[in-house]
Parts: sequence; C-alpha cells; structure tokens
Amino acid sequence: MLTNFFTDPRTILLGAITGLIFGFLLHRGGVTRYHVIVGQFLFRDHMVLKTMLTAIIVSSVGIYAMLGLGMIKGLHLKTAELGMNAAGGLIFGVGMVLLGYCPGTALAAVGQSSRDAMVGVLGALVGAAVYAEAFPSIHRMLVPLGNLGEVTLADISPVSPWVFIVVLAILTVGLFVCLEQRAAKLVVG
Amino acid sequence: MNQPPMGLWRRAWWSLYAIGTGIGLLSWATFLFIDKSPGTSTLLVGAAGTALCTAEAEHVAERMHYPKEYGTKVGGFKPVFDWQMSLHLTLIAGAFSEVRLSRSLRSEAVPGLWAARFGASRVKRLLAALAGGFILLFGARMAGGCTSGYGISGGLQLAVWNWIFFVTTFISGIATAFALFGRVPASAPSTDNRLES
Repeated sequence: MLTNFFTDPRTILLGAITGLIFGFLLHRGGVTRYHVIVGQFLFRDHMVLKTMLTAIIVSSVGIYAMLGLGMIKGLHLKTAELGMNAAGGLIFGVGMVLLGYCPGTALAAVGQSSRDAMVGVLGALVGAAVYAEAFPSIHRMLVPLGNLGEVTLADISPVSPWVFIVVLAILTVGLFVCLEQRAAKLVVG
Repeated sequence: MNQPPMGLWRRAWWSLYAIGTGIGLLSWATFLFIDKSPGTSTLLVGAAGTALCTAEAEHVAERMHYPKEYGTKVGGFKPVFDWQMSLHLTLIAGAFSEVRLSRSLRSEAVPGLWAARFGASRVKRLLAALAGGFILLFGARMAGGCTSGYGISGGLQLAVWNWIFFVTTFISGIATAFALFGRVPASAPSTDNRLES
C-alpha cells in the first residue's frame, strides 16, 4: 500500500515553503492562542474574523483574476452536501471552543509548544480514524438532505462571481471600520 | 493604543490585515504553482490512515473514506507524503521560527480563560483538549474540510459548501463559548507572555 509514499520533490518543496510561511503568519498574527479563538465566539476579540475575511477577499480577487486570465486551470471545489456540511459545522464549532484551535492553528500552536495543542492533535487523529469507520452510515443518513454538487455561490445564482466578491469586500470593510471605531472608543473611554 | 517603538520582530504582533493579506497572497501562490487549495484536516485523515495502515493495511483500504481522499487499490493510491504533509510539518516549524524571532516562547497547558472557569488543573484541561481535538476533526471530516480548507480555501472560491460550514460553525461556536465562558468577566487574565504594552 505504501509503494508510492512520497510525491515528487518539487511539490514537497513548494508545500514546505507554503507551510513555513503559513505557520509563521498564523503565529505572527497571534491567532494561535486560546483566548483569541474563544474570544471571537464571545465577541470579545475579532482577530480571527479580521484575519480570515482579509485572507478570503485578497485571495478571491487573485484566484478569480487568474482564472479569468487563464493562468490557472480551475477551482478546487468540494461537493455541497448540505446535511453533511451543516451537521459537520455544528460539531466542529463545539470542538473548536473545547480545544481552542482549529486544525491549522493547532499545528501552529504545537510549534509554540502549547501542551494542550499537542494533546488536541492526538485527539484529532483519533477523531479522523473514528470518522472513517463511521463514514458509510453517516453518509447514508445525511446525504439525502441535499447535494448540490461542486458549486460556487455564483453557480447557483444568475450573477457573476465578481458581484459576490465586491459585495463581500464592501461588507467586510464596513465591518472592519465598525470594529475599529468601537475599539478606539473603548480605549478613549 | 500607543506602543513603544520596537523592532519589527519584537512587536507584539503585526496588523491582522497584513497577516490576512499575506495568507491571501500565499493562496495565490499555491493555486498558481501547486494547483491545489490548502487544508489541514485532509492531512490528518491521511496521517490517521497511514498510522492504521501499518497495522492493518487491508482494513484501511476497505474503508470508504480513505479511498475517497487517497485513491483506491485499482486506481492506484495517491502518495501519502504529499504536498499537504510537507506543508503541515513545516507549518509547525514556521510557527516555531516565529516564536524564536519574536522571543515570545510560552509553553502553556492551561490558558487563562480556561483557568478562570475550570481551575488550573492540567489534567482537566488536557482531557478537554483531547476530547476537543476528537470532536473537531470528526466534525471537520463530516463537513469535508476545516477552517483553512473551508474557511479560507472554500471562502475564496465562493464555494457553497464553505459558506454553510462557516455559518454553522459560528452558530455552534458562539453557543458553546457562551455556555462555557459566558459568565467569565472579560478582564480574566490571559496567560500571554507576549510583549504587550
């Protein structure tokens, strides 16, 4: 089974560089800390949203531009299985608050030698293995709730993806302005 | 807040908008050069599969979920040590190098917010983290991704599955956070030993 254990060196190298920068940025941003992640869900701290939404806007502009220019072959979508996506999200949120990290930031927190992140990654491995065992029955149960296939928001609506990107960007900037103004007021008060 | 002038690396943290932009640009590069979109939880399935595999190869090959992510006996297996594996190993190294550069090493087991609610017991915290990790990945796999895979890779592609996940994660995260920590005052000590001013 492990005949082709390694993929080609170029891909490994590019993956390694990506990981190095990603881990560095996550830690530099400070989003690898328990009270930052949980604080987001308590609306006490909006560092997670600021980082994620900025990343989403910047990358969506680039990816859709490259797609339009034919520089990339296509998107990498997964199927929208409504029941699986929604139930999975509900379970994921509980785990994220208990552990205090999402999978990516948990690995970055291992880099900062947080003991709880190390234990959390162990739990995650077991969770992945148990899920693989339970997959057939869960899949049978939840897939009938709806499967839209590999679609984007633009695919299921009559407008261009750029409409979504521009609207999302405007909403995001508006949200950021509100958050910064409120933070400034708190400091003055 | 007025921060005293500090070196670039010693500063508490960079603007999150800069960090977000950096992650965004990084995703351009992965699409352009590797033709992949990043995600962490697929990797962990691979790792679990590999670990089980050494013990019970046939069993793993028969499970529906592994073939979905890692190919089949007939069609050929995808390499186990792929770009994701490499990415996530260096992700740890990247965070560690940042810790060294900013000299902000902290090896905590019990975060301040947790301690304010559940006490300083390490055992309790680590058990919760173990359970949390289990629930996290179970949910992530069920939904088909995680925060980087879904939230960012999916979000940037305007994928429908991502936005369902994003919203449901927030709903349940908010409910869980308020149930557990809603009554902890916002002034509860954080255990950061970052250079905050």
